[in-house]
Amino acid sequence: MRAPAPAWAADLNDETMELARATLGDALDDVFARVGEVQLWVKRDQVAEALRLLRDTPGLEYQQLMEIAGVDYPERPERFEVVYCLLSLTRNHRVHVHLTTDDEQPVPSVTDLWPVAGWLEREVFDLFGVVFVGNRDLRRILTDYGFSGHPLRKDFPMTGYVEMRYSEEDKRVVYQPVSLQQDFRNFDFMSPWEGGAYVLPGDEKGGALPQAKGAYTPATADQVQKAGATATPTAAPAGDSGSYAKGTNPPGGPDSGNRPSDPDVIPSKGQGQNQ
Amino acid sequence: MSEPATTTVDPYLDKMLSHTSAADPATGDVTIENYTINFGPQHPAAHGVLRLVMELDGELIERIDPHVGLLHRGTEKLIEAKTYIQALPYFDRLDYCSPMCMEHSWVLAVEKLLDLEVPIRAQYLRVFCAELTRIMNHLLNLGSHVMDVGAMTPNLWLFELREDTFNFYERISGARMHANYFRPGGVHQDVPLKLLTDIADWLDTRVPRLFEDAISLVADNRIFKQRNVDIATVSRDDAIAWGFSGPMIRAAGIPWDIRKSQPYDVYDRMDFDVPVGTRGDCYDRFMVRVEEVRQSVRIMKQCLRDMPEGPIASLDRKVVPPKRAEMKQSMEALIHHFKLYTEGFHVPEGEVYVATESPKGEFGVYLVADGTNKPYRCKIRPTAFSHLQAMDFMSRGHMLADTTAILGAMDIVFGECDR
Repeated sequence: MRAPAPAWAADLNDETMELARATLGDALDDVFARVGEVQLWVKRDQVAEALRLLRDTPGLEYQQLMEIAGVDYPERPERFEVVYCLLSLTRNHRVHVHLTTDDEQPVPSVTDLWPVAGWLEREVFDLFGVVFVGNRDLRRILTDYGFSGHPLRKDFPMTGYVEMRYSEEDKRVVYQPVSLQQDFRNFDFMSPWEGGAYVLPGDEKGGALPQAKGAYTPATADQVQKAGATATPTAAPAGDSGSYAKGTNPPGGPDSGNRPSDPDVIPSKGQGQNQ
Repeated sequence: MSEPATTTVDPYLDKMLSHTSAADPATGDVTIENYTINFGPQHPAAHGVLRLVMELDGELIERIDPHVGLLHRGTEKLIEAKTYIQALPYFDRLDYCSPMCMEHSWVLAVEKLLDLEVPIRAQYLRVFCAELTRIMNHLLNLGSHVMDVGAMTPNLWLFELREDTFNFYERISGARMHANYFRPGGVHQDVPLKLLTDIADWLDTRVPRLFEDAISLVADNRIFKQRNVDIATVSRDDAIAWGFSGPMIRAAGIPWDIRKSQPYDVYDRMDFDVPVGTRGDCYDRFMVRVEEVRQSVRIMKQCLRDMPEGPIASLDRKVVPPKRAEMKQSMEALIHHFKLYTEGFHVPEGEVYVATESPKGEFGVYLVADGTNKPYRCKIRPTAFSHLQAMDFMSRGHMLADTTAILGAMDIVFGECDR
């Protein structure tokens, strides 16, 4: 991994996956590591038991539940994904536990395992409408008192449906349908020349990987990272290889070696017309 | 005894006297029922907009139901409609007392998905700024904590120092609070040498004098200890089960610091100690933060000593825009600049959870990218959510006046809690 992200014990990924397969058995649908992070896909109705095993089994020891995240994929048959981010303090390792559900199928609550799950589940319920059965306090948490709808669903409009103002006539706060001076503008920058998920003939080998980091690619982050790991480690780009205008930094200047080149200082002599 | 004698001129007392009888000795108001009060949402000691619904038995707290979300601005929803660079300023506005530490998690998450290398000077600058931010955050928290329990002077002195950190912020990034300084791939611009020497002077002279003076007023103060020692003790097991992190888990005696155990950027090159508490009470949390300020000063000095020269952001022009001078002379640079500030860069499909040690604890970003130029989902893991949830069991059985001490020692900011 080249990025300077937090370096927890990612070398334990393989043995973690093996042990998780052996321990969770039937409850586990799938397990793999992507971008250096282990994802465990569990069956929805067995999630509480699976998380208890992950917490209590020696060798797994995920003592802390740090986060429960909801994700909405409206095009899937079970549109919601619930992600539990676990942390092991003793093994210095993290995993995510994933499951899918929709707005009717309830998810077993894990408040009996971790009391912190109470509010985390409330939040997922509030923002997505996922129901957690066994959570004794499943109220809304972040949205307004009396709010309706689940704002982080993809089909919920960014602006919401109602807005609030103080009414001088009624001497109280009133709600009214939202009215915008200007429509919400969502620019689609996906270029039709970049969006194709096909590989051009003759381009089968390298076509999937991006030409540069940050360019569009149909490859996943995991493939990019693996390709980066196998490629010969290139030296960090030298200071002048990335600058376009070769005349900007005259090499061999008296002190160009040990001073950072200041890109905002424009050389004054003989360098084009925009000076 | 038929008619009670009218002994006073007060009709209320007369009425009470009439209640007295041998069979029913109650005077009518001895049975006190539990009552419920609202603490906040507008309360100076609530550190923002927090509403606590408290059930009290006299002055003893029986139950607390915190109502959060009064500052909910839908940050996560807004980020889904922004490019990766446009999403960055939202992070300043989460925990507005430690803006750059919020940005840190975001840029690290994006870099992890991009698999992007970051120049070493940029990593040093980020660590340097993150530690400056930690000092800034703790100065506010320590000062307001002592003021919440009744001391005035230390807060004024610590605000004096905090003002200095804002001035440094302004000289680093151009903004006093909402810095918007970190970028995926590095930082926005280099810092002037004079600024680094000024910060070095500040670390050498002003911080030790003002900070240690202010702390010496309270650290051994009898009243301060009476208000904090043995208040809201949290055992190790509770701290783990309730998802504590940062100074809250360290005060409970668990030496867990993400900077140490999961180093990011150049924290693995830094030499610093992780303070832990012994009792897990409010006083320990306070003292852990005091020591963290000293350790942050150490880290900043090491950064100043070791920071190499070099580029301050990745030279990958598909991620980091070129500087203006280059645009004046290169067509390609102009195109890159235009594309990056309209379309932005694309992040390959994947999911990561990246957490850093913010001054308040583990601040995490669960980022789902779908290959486009906008995040598909960005879940922000606030530190305050788990800490505030524990408010109920921590303050049970304590006095009403201890609430402010408990809240102050938790270090909660609602921009981050409510998002």
